[in-house]
Amino acid sequence: MSATTAPATGDKDREETKTDPVSRWADERLGIYKGTKSLIRKVFPDHWSFLLGEIALFSFILILLSGVFLTLWFKPSMTEVEYHGSYYPLNGVSMSEAFASTLHISFDVRAGLLMRQVHHWAALIFIMAIMVHSLRIFFTGAFRKPREINWLIGFTLLVLGLLEGFAGYSLPDDLLSGTGLRIASGVVLAIPIVGTYLSYFLFGGDFPGTDFIPRLFTIHVLLVPALIVGLVTAHLILVFVQKHTQWAGPGKTNENVVGLPLMPVYMAKAGGFMFVIFGVVFLLAGLVQINPIWAYGPYVPDQISAGSQPDWYIGFLEGSLRMMPNWEWNLWGHTISFNVLIPSLIVPGILFTGYALWPFFEQWVTGDKREHHILDRPRNRPTRTAVGVAGMTFYGVLWLGGGNDLIATHFHLSVEALTWTFRVLVFLGPVIAFWCTKRIALGLQRRDKDKILHGRETGIIKVSLEGEFSEVHEPLSAGERFRLTAHEVQKPLELGPATDENGVPRPGGRGLKLRAKASKAMFSDNVETTVEEYKEIEAGHGHH
Amino acid sequence: MSTDHLPESAGGPGHGTLTKDAAAEDPFKDPGLPEYRPRVTDLDTRAAKRAERQVALLFLIAFAGIIGSMVCYTFVSNTEIVRITGLGTVNANNLALGLCLGFAFLALGGGAIHWARTLMTDVDLVQQRHDMKSDPASTAEAVSEWKQGVADSGFTKYPLIRRSLLTAMLALPLPAVWLLRDLGPLPGTNLRHTLWTEGEKLVNPNTKKPLRAEDITVGTLAMANPEALYAPEVKEQGIYNNQLAKAAVLVVRLPKEALKGSEEQRKRQWDWSVDGIMAFSKICTHVGCPVALYEQQTHHMLCPCHQSTFDLSDDGRVIFGPAARSLPQLPIRVNENGELVAVSDFTQPVGPSFWERG
Repeated sequence: MSATTAPATGDKDREETKTDPVSRWADERLGIYKGTKSLIRKVFPDHWSFLLGEIALFSFILILLSGVFLTLWFKPSMTEVEYHGSYYPLNGVSMSEAFASTLHISFDVRAGLLMRQVHHWAALIFIMAIMVHSLRIFFTGAFRKPREINWLIGFTLLVLGLLEGFAGYSLPDDLLSGTGLRIASGVVLAIPIVGTYLSYFLFGGDFPGTDFIPRLFTIHVLLVPALIVGLVTAHLILVFVQKHTQWAGPGKTNENVVGLPLMPVYMAKAGGFMFVIFGVVFLLAGLVQINPIWAYGPYVPDQISAGSQPDWYIGFLEGSLRMMPNWEWNLWGHTISFNVLIPSLIVPGILFTGYALWPFFEQWVTGDKREHHILDRPRNRPTRTAVGVAGMTFYGVLWLGGGNDLIATHFHLSVEALTWTFRVLVFLGPVIAFWCTKRIALGLQRRDKDKILHGRETGIIKVSLEGEFSEVHEPLSAGERFRLTAHEVQKPLELGPATDENGVPRPGGRGLKLRAKASKAMFSDNVETTVEEYKEIEAGHGHH
Repeated sequence: MSTDHLPESAGGPGHGTLTKDAAAEDPFKDPGLPEYRPRVTDLDTRAAKRAERQVALLFLIAFAGIIGSMVCYTFVSNTEIVRITGLGTVNANNLALGLCLGFAFLALGGGAIHWARTLMTDVDLVQQRHDMKSDPASTAEAVSEWKQGVADSGFTKYPLIRRSLLTAMLALPLPAVWLLRDLGPLPGTNLRHTLWTEGEKLVNPNTKKPLRAEDITVGTLAMANPEALYAPEVKEQGIYNNQLAKAAVLVVRLPKEALKGSEEQRKRQWDWSVDGIMAFSKICTHVGCPVALYEQQTHHMLCPCHQSTFDLSDDGRVIFGPAARSLPQLPIRVNENGELVAVSDFTQPVGPSFWERG
């Protein structure tokens, strides 16, 4: 029975490391040491801008926890009840159970209001953090190969976050959220061919019906959160597998990653940062009231209050709807509401699709198929940066337009004049922003070149023996010089002659020509500093 | 002059500076990681002790906050309102809980970060990256294993199986949509009809009493709903809000000389009124918010959602904003008791546009 004999233990080198019984128990079943040995000391580069995604993650954890608390009392039902709770001003008022239970959470459940406010504040911060994080990725080119998939996952998370936020905002069935749903139903109705049917299926008949809030509840607490949790997990796994990007600097290359180890430094820093985010949200929730639904009252379809505003992240859609001219076509007995379709579906559709596909467009123009792990400084990619700022300006004007009524009342301006201003700005703003950004980026490139070649201005004025005044320039350290020159200066794509010496036309055709044009527009202005220029200047100084 | 300041070979290679020779060859070369500079806490044990005490203090503050939150939960009033200058009012219990937990979390997080920054290692480690792409041997092995699997399955060998499977799989997602059919009824002509019918009384939504012509003077803005909305069966069927969302009207009284439309429009607008008392749909033709802001002098009606502005004296025409269609007017008359009643339903669908509207 050789199978039962214990294995020979002659080899001293293979002696087992002593581990505690619990870990051993787990390892024998899960192989935890094999699985984690390379993760424990995994290195993460450090930079403040890498924390933005963490803010999103940690606020999401807070949303999940506070959300579970709220579900213990919230009743997702549109059944009409008469309110008899602690909030006396609404005593005896007829309202949906959803609204009544939200009042109950706010006034009769201790810590209920706190958790509602934590949930709402954390949601606002969550979406803000996703947006700023994604802009960081965009402007530093962190979406480049091999991270395009993670870019798309992140983009999907942004869209899901917006959807989830709007769903949550709509659940309490207060006057403000009901008005939001009314607008959403109007948007659905405007969809050609299927809109009316879609609206009837969504709302279970006429708006508002009695089905929608229970349905939305399932979407809000089950479907979308499950998708978000799944995608966040995939997002983080990819960050681990592909390793984090880093900024150029001495010793930091495209082939390595320099930073501090996960255990203990990142455990402590990220864990600590999580609690800081929690702390900030709890202080906000304790001190600053948000979404006081009792002040709005229950939703009634024929009531509204002036100055109705959605949560901030829906503002751009609201503004888009507000500034759209009233175009509507009647064709062969059918109505096409461009006044609703364009601002609420087509404009955001183009904006978001363009954002999602930018990495692929850029890769097509550059033809660059290499992996990139060193971040771009935005100035070194002037066109990308300018496109990004133009997009932000477009979004920003739409967002401001969503508050045209409040701007008008606060600053005593005419709402019509404001709307017209926004109508013009929404086109003009991005163009100006693009132009300015590109000029600023190129200017910064030239300043870098100046620094590399002539050194840093010290502010020290020297008088020569002849009485000539000059400023002392201090040369950059080798590390700083490397940091400023580490990036590759992208050159525009050069097309050879249209036909070769045998008269055979160049392969590639129209697509290639288009690519060359885009490449020229994007890269022809880039400023390069060559080693030769540097040496020439140095040599010149030597001969003073 | 600046050649005098070219870095000397003091640090040696790999310590943030280049040797003169290397710099001469390629001045933009990577000088390697800068030399590690220890922190005060690395050099001075007293500073390290002080940092230890600071971290511990922060963790103890967190502990106090956590316990404090439970004390506040139990003892601080949930009905008292506290006014905070600049921030408005909050409930006392909420404020106490938020402060306790907020500071507890901040202290906990601050403690951990302070610990990491002062006492944990800050020596940069370097790890190598590897291409995401599989190495050729793995690729070859995976491809051959996959091919073996495909060959073993006979997927390519039996086209009948392949095609029939694809057919079934293509059909599979369809029930996922089909089975949702009962989500709602078909729209039918629902969007074209409201509760208004011939003789239906306009009632005050608050008092549920019929509106009378003498109640409505020039300059008044009144709301009205059809009396049928308050029938018990409407509540029972749960369609109160649905009907209200279509039927709500606003009632104004305009002098005949205020009317602005074409002669034909003016005549119709007057005919559908009771001595200048006119009822318009309250539902915005843009996306369905109730229009509610009335400018008495100009007879302009503004929707607070997207600022569509309707001129009631000009047949409800849109004079500004994104709405494309006029506010529909409900034809009304007085009945034998002097009460305002509808002559018929609206003659066109109210509210937002939809594909079949025409």
